Amino acid sequence: MSAQTMTPEAEADARAVTWHLAEEEDHDHGGGGATLLGFWIYLMTDALLFGAVFSVFGVLSTAYAGGPIPREIFDLPLVAVNTALLLLSSITYGFGMLQMEAGRTRGVQAWLLATFVLGAAFVGVEIYEFSHLIAEGAGPGRSAFLSSFFGLVGLHGLHVTVGLIWIATMVAQVSIHGLNVDNKRRLLCLSLFWHFLDIIWIGVFTFVYLFGVTR
Amino acid sequence: MASSNGNRDAELHSHGDTHGHGSYRDYIVGFLLSVALTSVPFWLVMTGTLSTAATLGTISVLAVIQIIVHVRFFLHIDTRGEGGWTLISFIFTAIIVVITIGGSIWAMYQMNTNMMPTSVENMTDMP
Repeated sequence: MSAQTMTPEAEADARAVTWHLAEEEDHDHGGGGATLLGFWIYLMTDALLFGAVFSVFGVLSTAYAGGPIPREIFDLPLVAVNTALLLLSSITYGFGMLQMEAGRTRGVQAWLLATFVLGAAFVGVEIYEFSHLIAEGAGPGRSAFLSSFFGLVGLHGLHVTVGLIWIATMVAQVSIHGLNVDNKRRLLCLSLFWHFLDIIWIGVFTFVYLFGVTR
Repeated sequence: MASSNGNRDAELHSHGDTHGHGSYRDYIVGFLLSVALTSVPFWLVMTGTLSTAATLGTISVLAVIQIIVHVRFFLHIDTRGEGGWTLISFIFTAIIVVITIGGSIWAMYQMNTNMMPTSVENMTDMP
């Protein structure tokens, strides 16, 4: 999969896609190609944003200012539960997409609701963790380490919350309009968004929590 | 995996997109790999089986592998999706992110090391 062998093929395919875009309106995927690629590019810019915030955390992760260190304040079993919740929500969303492919409206709604419940539980656990830390005196104002920790994990939690609002919106959209072309395209974009957040979480649980406790 | 790939490619060429077209098998394989790649780092850190340096190295490698597993099995990014542009943009982003994070940590570590003898009084005198 080296860049040299792929580039000519990619260029040929890119021309084919350009041709597709004009025709796409008549296809049952309804212009999904252009929208999905655009949404993917947005996700990549979001990844750059997270990259910047991860850099800040990387630089400040040992700036404790005499305050609490990760080993004292991180509750690994709680992080493991959160990781399991988000991973499960990824596969329930995936099953929802398979139901969408099969054209089963009820199946899509059921799996979306399951994903919503798991995502909401994730945000709930995170709010519990944050409030617990702040109550212990380990709030974002305590040290540069805690500022960058709350910034990074909070930014991810904010994304998940937006994803929850989007899932709830799609459950309503699907129940009103069914699995039409627009809703399918939206569900595909939401799929990318939701799986993307799970990928960011891999970085968070490894480089924030596990690194912090080990170091 | 070969048969599911074949199906997706066929769909790809008729419709021009691949996102969300994973098979049931893709999701199950991705999920099982993810469970393993998540459990092992947590187990290593919680039990302290390896030395600190070995633990940090191992969980870093496992995280990178898990990211690739998610991109492949959940996001279905391959060389053909959107004419290869999803993969190209992903690789580009990954390179920029690695440079940003690695470069920041490296530069700030070097700066801290080299600036160490400087006292706070000297810093306040700076223009």
